[in-house]
Amino acid sequence: MTDSRIVPIVMPKWGLSMKEGKVTGWLLEDGSKINPGDAILEVETDKIAGAVEAHEAGVLRRRVGQPDTVYPVKTLLGVIADPSVPDTEIDAFVAAYVTPAADEDEEDQGPKYEFAETGAGSLRYAKRGAGDETVVLIHGFGGDLDNWLFNIDALGETATVYALDLPGHGQSSKKLDNPGLASITEALNAFMDALSIGKAHLVGHSMGGAIALQMAAQHPAKVKSLTLICSAGLGPEIGSYVDEYVAAQGRKDLKPVLEQLFADKSLVSRQLVDDVLKYKRLDGVEGLLKSLSQALFAGRKQQDAPAAQLGGKLPRTLVIWGKEDQIIPASHAANLPGAQVHVIEGAGHMVFMEKASDVNNLIKAHIAGS
Amino acid sequence: MSRKISMRQAINEALDQEMARDPNVIVMGEDIVGGAGGEGEEDAWGGVLGVTKGLHAKHKGKLLDTPLSESAYIGAAIGAAACGMRPVAELMFLDFMGVCFDQIFNQAAKFKYMFGGKAETPVVIRAMVGAGFRAAAQHSQMLTPLFVHIPGLKVVCPSNAYDAKGLLIQSIRDNDPVIFCEHKNLYGLETEVPAESYAIPFGEANVVRDGKHATIVTYGMMVHRAMDAAAALSKQGVECEVIDLRTLSPIDWDTVIDSAERTGHVVCVDEANPRCSIAADVSAMLTQECFKALKGPIQMVTAPHTPVPFSPVLEDLYIPSADAIAKAVTRSRSN
Repeated sequence: MTDSRIVPIVMPKWGLSMKEGKVTGWLLEDGSKINPGDAILEVETDKIAGAVEAHEAGVLRRRVGQPDTVYPVKTLLGVIADPSVPDTEIDAFVAAYVTPAADEDEEDQGPKYEFAETGAGSLRYAKRGAGDETVVLIHGFGGDLDNWLFNIDALGETATVYALDLPGHGQSSKKLDNPGLASITEALNAFMDALSIGKAHLVGHSMGGAIALQMAAQHPAKVKSLTLICSAGLGPEIGSYVDEYVAAQGRKDLKPVLEQLFADKSLVSRQLVDDVLKYKRLDGVEGLLKSLSQALFAGRKQQDAPAAQLGGKLPRTLVIWGKEDQIIPASHAANLPGAQVHVIEGAGHMVFMEKASDVNNLIKAHIAGS
Repeated sequence: MSRKISMRQAINEALDQEMARDPNVIVMGEDIVGGAGGEGEEDAWGGVLGVTKGLHAKHKGKLLDTPLSESAYIGAAIGAAACGMRPVAELMFLDFMGVCFDQIFNQAAKFKYMFGGKAETPVVIRAMVGAGFRAAAQHSQMLTPLFVHIPGLKVVCPSNAYDAKGLLIQSIRDNDPVIFCEHKNLYGLETEVPAESYAIPFGEANVVRDGKHATIVTYGMMVHRAMDAAAALSKQGVECEVIDLRTLSPIDWDTVIDSAERTGHVVCVDEANPRCSIAADVSAMLTQECFKALKGPIQMVTAPHTPVPFSPVLEDLYIPSADAIAKAVTRSRSN
């Protein structure tokens, strides 16, 4: 059954460990017109809830997945097709659909995570896509490359995308000499050199945005464009999040801290809290986060102003903010003259998770505009 | 980086990394190197179930094969701990602890208290617990309640490889004596474990499944039975919260009480014999602390009050089953 007019909507695989997901509800009715990037239905995993987006245009012809039901990854949830395709063919497609085994599929795609050996230690990364343009995704303080789980595949459709774990984060080496914006930016530079990435579109979230700006100041030849999401480095104010994140020792302390990240606090699942705790408990992490937070955000003030070092030579820059950001105020979005600015309603600091489809479309258009 | 390894490997890795980190960490026990300890037999065994295999070659002189005298080498380990070492003694089967109770109960557990905090005893005693191994009545008991009863001892019983590594590292770094109970039927179970060192604090239970209709409180091997029961009940629309206590002393009352108050129905599952068990302890505490929030009688699912049978058929009946746990949940909810 390889009818190109009929496009299946399947249970997505968000992150390495996802084996199944629960359909929580459909966002569109049967017969709805669909454009690429439209959110079609909502899915919840043990880690996170999110929307399944369309990759192709068409009409939603069939909703197969039932709300409040758990399905394995790649199970058929719905069918998109042109109105000209008769119902009988849709029926036949649904009846004949066979869910591919998840494990075989993983081997086809090669390893999900790889490690780059750099002067700044062993840095874990993921790579998607093979487009001409290269994109590097840089997570924020205390985050890791899996923060981009709703973005990396979408951006990989048109570009070669790398997402890395910064030193001291995720599964990268838990060491960083002279922790600070300069040293962590040099680690990014070493990562790009190790993978022979000459020039890239840098997409940075929060502290990752400050790193992207600093990279543009220190190594302008390597920066094709900037996308700064709820970025640090654009003003002095910052909330209590960083201090509280570093101080939290158990699930009960950590959960309210992580809830500051989202406009919709119900997105902070037990699994998300447990995963962050597991990371924070690795030897070396607490000490490194303490010194990094002291260098970057001492006294709840952002200590660096990387934009000022650009000397007016700002690369083409897109600034995206969640209007309800509780950590870095959305008003900072206006602090970078010459940048294109989008402030998105109904989203907090993790706007690229909460409004993944909107953010992905903005980044894609920004990259395509170069 | 993180990869799937067995609980046996996770324990081996914790010992390996802590010996590399701190020169005061030593490991002692019967056959943990090579039986007789002779050159030709080095690393031949790695303990009765191969947990310490390979460590002798990496940490020469840090693994001591002891004579077959638990009372002697547990006493030696406690003495070494009081003098500044951080020994990890492997006692093979927790059942054998009986011959060294004075060293553990009256010495290790009391030093800090009786010397006004001037003496500390950072010793870890690792031992296998639990039934299902066809090892008969003297090698199969779940004696965790005996040690929980003694102030001054910490008692740990992990249910998976991730917790085993983090809790053993915490046990070694902790300044009090720790009884570290390893369920023999979990040694082969693989879970995702970071290659790096990490410590899991004591007194923090793990909620391994969320649910709003009933709470199952348990630890060790029984966590897996409880999860099977919860999966079966979920098909009938009953969602159970499953709490893995992980450390029995200290115990995370907050998590248990919080869950019991939300669900109103509690089943305490323990592989130990029923009288004065962890299940009895948790049940009594919940009755005192949140009686008004309970919507049905607390149920206990434990082994019967008999020795562990050697007959495989009877041994399988002896161990609390997922079915028995599911029935207990239904019983609490039908009251």
